[in-house]
Amino acid sequence: MHIHRRTLLALALATGLTAPSLALAEDTIKLGILATFEGAFTVLGEDGMRGAMLAIEEANGMAGGKKIEIVKGSSDASPDSAVRAVRKLVEQDGVKVVVGPLSGDEGIAVKDYAKTQPDVTFINGTSAAQDTTLRDPAENFFRFSTDGAQWMAGLGTYAFNEKGYKKVATVAEDYSFPYTQVFGFMAEFCKAGGTVPSKSWVPIGNKDYSSVIAAIPDDVDAIYVALGGADGVNFLTQYQQAGGEAPLIGGSITVDQTVLSSKGKMRDVVIGTPSAGPIADTNDTPEWLAFVEAYKKQPDAFPSPSLFAHGYYINTKAAILALDEVGGDVSDGGKKFREALSKLSFDTPTGKVSLDKNRNAVADMYLTEVSEGADGNLYNKLVKVVSQVNQTLGIPEEEFLALGAVSRENPSCP
Amino acid sequence: MSVLDQQTAGAGITKRQGWGIAALLFAAVMAWLIFAIWPDWLNDILISKKAFVSSIFNGITLAGLYFLVASGFTLVFGLMRNVNLAHGSLYLVGAYIGYEVTRLTGYWLLGVAAGFLVLALIGVVLQVTVFRRLEGDDLRQTLVTIGISIVAADLMLWMWTGATYQITTPEWLDGAVKLPIITAFRSNGDAVYINYPFYRLVVLGVAIVIGIGLWLLLNKTRVGMMIRAGVDDRAMLAASGVNVHAVFAIVFAIGAGLAGFAGVVGGSALSVAPGEDVRYLLASLVVVIVGGMGSITGAAIGALLIGLAEQIGLVYFPTYGIVLTFVIMVVTLAIRPQGIMGKSL
Repeated sequence: MHIHRRTLLALALATGLTAPSLALAEDTIKLGILATFEGAFTVLGEDGMRGAMLAIEEANGMAGGKKIEIVKGSSDASPDSAVRAVRKLVEQDGVKVVVGPLSGDEGIAVKDYAKTQPDVTFINGTSAAQDTTLRDPAENFFRFSTDGAQWMAGLGTYAFNEKGYKKVATVAEDYSFPYTQVFGFMAEFCKAGGTVPSKSWVPIGNKDYSSVIAAIPDDVDAIYVALGGADGVNFLTQYQQAGGEAPLIGGSITVDQTVLSSKGKMRDVVIGTPSAGPIADTNDTPEWLAFVEAYKKQPDAFPSPSLFAHGYYINTKAAILALDEVGGDVSDGGKKFREALSKLSFDTPTGKVSLDKNRNAVADMYLTEVSEGADGNLYNKLVKVVSQVNQTLGIPEEEFLALGAVSRENPSCP
Repeated sequence: MSVLDQQTAGAGITKRQGWGIAALLFAAVMAWLIFAIWPDWLNDILISKKAFVSSIFNGITLAGLYFLVASGFTLVFGLMRNVNLAHGSLYLVGAYIGYEVTRLTGYWLLGVAAGFLVLALIGVVLQVTVFRRLEGDDLRQTLVTIGISIVAADLMLWMWTGATYQITTPEWLDGAVKLPIITAFRSNGDAVYINYPFYRLVVLGVAIVIGIGLWLLLNKTRVGMMIRAGVDDRAMLAASGVNVHAVFAIVFAIGAGLAGFAGVVGGSALSVAPGEDVRYLLASLVVVIVGGMGSITGAAIGALLIGLAEQIGLVYFPTYGIVLTFVIMVVTLAIRPQGIMGKSL
């Protein structure tokens, strides 16, 4: 009897928790937000969520005259967890518009899933693998946040010409986004005449980098590091502990606020590190400053928004703008909505954003250098703006596709 | 193979001697690899001497850390036949507590002590309030520990958010030391030595001291005698008038305390972040499966194998490095299912 009563109680509780979602009024629109709220990229996902919330609050929680109902989906940065979460959003919660995912491999997995759900519209979060949109794209997957190779615009040339690095080793996580970042960096760096004799690919979530650090050749001028979140912090700390002397070059999320704001001794090794990405902390345009101000009002916000907050903000904003245009009507399987999205071109805190024919964004990129602010926090100081970078990095599309898909071996210039 | 050859060829050599000779040969090769200046062809195969020696050292220090976590795990299992799947959470709680105490007091050693003591206390509370009620019900105990680990993970995420913390080690533990191992000579005749983080050597030393301490506790004290008796036959131990519950509580306290201790020590060497609990739980599971459930020596051997495999894998075949760990586990399970030092159950 005892057990029975307990089971009943549990059942009652469970139904009580799910019941509210059943009692929905017609004048709301469900917006699924998929981010990494667990695993190694938790901090990143939380900041992405702040960005999405910012866009929603800016619109007073309304899109196309309907009230936005947020349904969160959580993944742990692995593609299967992303698909599981997005399936739940689409198939159980009945969401017609999804914003997300956050990380590279997840993006590719969600794009593949998108093909099986032609009536649902998927708008990227911050996932930035090249092939999410470049090769074999899905009609209903949109990316207003550019890819990892675009983010590297200007960095390779800067490292070679201004910093004078001729020989660089790379350390990056072993999945599609860092491949894309290394590709973007090397595309320019190798063209300028630099060489990359050694590339280390480490599994995501690796903790102990000291062996990897020891295996980096002694004679390189600098080390290009593309590691995110906890991985980045671990590498930088251990690099400092091991007495590393070679200067660093940062991938877009390596010297991002998610890493710069973490507590520890790695500060000494990152100051002065050049990097590039879709945002710069010290950007002083009024649009950016207003964005930072609004961002800081979010709970537990970083001193300055990370590119995850930025990416989710832009993509959520795009969703809301397009929904406004169609009056929040996605009853036709989202056809009108997607048309509005494709034509959308709007001003963001980081300049104008529009889509190319693969529904990938063309946007401004920022070349930065880590420096210490007056308040003791670390910031990415703006060095240069590279305006309106497209997915093929200014190279004609045919030629760009001929370079081949990004991978561990491609590109190569030892 | 060489062992078998010697056995058939040399008449007077026993199996034991054969193993001895193999071990000596192996030791000699390792000593040469570590101390000699490498010829170029070897550098070509193994990337560089620096990479090789560092990966060996890192493997051993990582093994020290794994041993600290797994020894508690294996003790609890050996005595209670209870797979405590919340063991990883104990590690992470210890790390967070160590972080907070170090931050508030400024003394790292206080943080380490707090990590051990608080977790030992939590261990006793868990044993008295949860496990004692489910005694003898192995499956339910295991399920309850999974539940505890999930709840604990979410509570920690709530309290400490998903940020990555680094426990600040004191100045005297900082920096690198020059090991008397020469990798090459510069053109002017200066020797190039290997630099190695001092803190990691300390971790290794601490693990060895604790290992010996545990061994002494188990083999030379009255409590240890009771624990060993409990591992062999706890019904008999209870029948001979020993308060089994007290013994269980002590073992749980030691096990949980060691996990918390390892959390602070490991959190200073690497970092503290959500997800670490699962990682260390998995590592200790593999370590005790390879080493043999319930054996401290087994935990040491298992930790050494897994630590080395992880680090060598990371340097020489990073993409498939993780597989190496599991290959070791599969091979052990196939050849010696009870683990290297385990008794058959």
